[in-house]
Amino acid sequence: MTTAVVRASRAMRRPARSRALRPWYRNGILVAGIVIVGLLVLVAVFAPLLSPYDPITQDLNHTLEAPGAHHWLGTDKYGRDVLTRLLYGARIDLRVGFLAVLIPFVVGSVLGALAGYFGGWFDAIVMRIVDVFFAFPFYVLVIVLVFVLGAGESSIYLAIAAVSWVSYAKIMRGELLVAKKQDWVVAARLGGMSHARVLMRHIGPNVLSQALIYAMSDIVMDIMAIVTLGYLGLGIAPPTPEWGSMILDGQEFITTQWAQATIPGLAVVLTSLGLSFLGDGLSDLLTPERRR
Amino acid sequence: MLDRFRFVPLRLLQSIPVIFGVTVVVFFMVHLLPGNPALAILGQTATPARVASLSHQLGLDKPLWDQYLLFLGHLVQGNLGTSITYQRPVSELVLQAVPITMSLLLFALVLALVISVPLAAVAASAPGRARDLAVRAFTLVGQGMPQFWVGIMLILLLAVKAKAFPVGGYGESALEHWYYLFLPALTLAIAMCPTIIRSLRASTINVLGSDYVGTARSKGAAGVALFRLHVVRNAAIPTVSIIGVNLGYLVGGSLVIERVFAVPGLGSLMINAIFARDFPTIQAVALVVALFVIVVGILTDVVYTAIDPRVDLGSRELA
Repeated sequence: MTTAVVRASRAMRRPARSRALRPWYRNGILVAGIVIVGLLVLVAVFAPLLSPYDPITQDLNHTLEAPGAHHWLGTDKYGRDVLTRLLYGARIDLRVGFLAVLIPFVVGSVLGALAGYFGGWFDAIVMRIVDVFFAFPFYVLVIVLVFVLGAGESSIYLAIAAVSWVSYAKIMRGELLVAKKQDWVVAARLGGMSHARVLMRHIGPNVLSQALIYAMSDIVMDIMAIVTLGYLGLGIAPPTPEWGSMILDGQEFITTQWAQATIPGLAVVLTSLGLSFLGDGLSDLLTPERRR
Repeated sequence: MLDRFRFVPLRLLQSIPVIFGVTVVVFFMVHLLPGNPALAILGQTATPARVASLSHQLGLDKPLWDQYLLFLGHLVQGNLGTSITYQRPVSELVLQAVPITMSLLLFALVLALVISVPLAAVAASAPGRARDLAVRAFTLVGQGMPQFWVGIMLILLLAVKAKAFPVGGYGESALEHWYYLFLPALTLAIAMCPTIIRSLRASTINVLGSDYVGTARSKGAAGVALFRLHVVRNAAIPTVSIIGVNLGYLVGGSLVIERVFAVPGLGSLMINAIFARDFPTIQAVALVVALFVIVVGILTDVVYTAIDPRVDLGSRELA
């Protein structure tokens, strides 16, 4: 997370497009990211077609079965197929992870951009608020807010939004501080364009890429938060299949059925890997001039 | 020399509005609860008399502004309120838990450095080669693992299978404390490693390519001696600030990990308070943790200035 913020707030240079001429499909990291994330999304969408079992219906005659021909990853303590719950879990965890970045992305980017562009008292106020929120560790504030707002999906969105907009604000402010001094921005202003037009048409497209790249690692953070909340019993309520609560359920039987707690964690790792690749690939593609 | 530390008073002064803001956030946490917070804390079955008494205890029958001033006044006196679960001053509970969480963090930091420094050196000594790629793969995977899940995996491998460590708890004697804290600390260390290794690797590659290291090499320095005398200190400088920024994130992680290993620190205190709807305790932990993050931020700058004679934060801020 830090590296992304640091990298993103580094001085912006004039766009150099020469390295970007390489078509996107020749960028191995990006393709790997697209393939992994794409597969996960497909699995989430087509979960009902991929599995003959229901993720919620209990089958108390077949509890805690070892992996076998019928249940490839075995069954949990209620006799539900673990693989099926894993596939359906992708639906919840990916959906919440992707949706959760939207509000902080928009709100944080806009506030940060305005603060950086106009400076002055608005900048001072926004950045003091950012400092305050930065003082709270991510998990502490998310956990407390989800509790205060009441368990459930909408609370998770609100809590994550309240906490993670600050990173986008910091990134965009840094970008704007540099961008507003660029010749082409000064020229646009001197040409009589309004602030709104300069921001939207000229600066926006040039600086948004950093926030977009950061969003990829932010989705990972959000998925971690959702899974952690699920593990703590504060997230998506059972019996909805969710990777974090599956790990919690599996921990009980760690001595006999180690796979139950292990497999959902591996699903999280795979998802994070895919999104990291996607972020690195996007970074190569969108800001080739910043490549080390 | 001491002149370079003149930024410290200014930094302390600058943190005052932030601390103020933190108290506002912590104060308003209770007021985000739908309806009467006292009723929300006690649950729907509470008698009106109990609700009224708790409302009074929390000062909820006063105007919001007075409530905040009361809250602030109590804070200044070190009064964090009374735990609803334990019926004891929250400050006592927090004071018991803080040293445990601090030991856990410190232990984790040491372990993280023990793991990261050699790995970063190995990777940086041959960029692009197999060992470098292996280290980078480790950081990539390490970053993608949920911290609590790493804890469970360590329990599975080292406690359940190998039986080398306890599954959880905190032990009785001081020596036992460290033994019991090893697995949680290792879990946290694994969470810290990817960021530290990345930063150290990049800065080490930078330092190794510098002229003065070339000179040292030409004078016959090599291997561990080269690293110890010429590389480590210079390469460590950027990493110090990275660790500082990340420590805040890690405090959050340590709270969750304490839950996995049943370590009776701030995390367990907070999660238990959440399930018990013990609001004064939740507020106190959030406040203490936020203050800790602010202090670490200032300490990071001090350490940074101490290890790098070129750094002068005071002059940069004046400029």
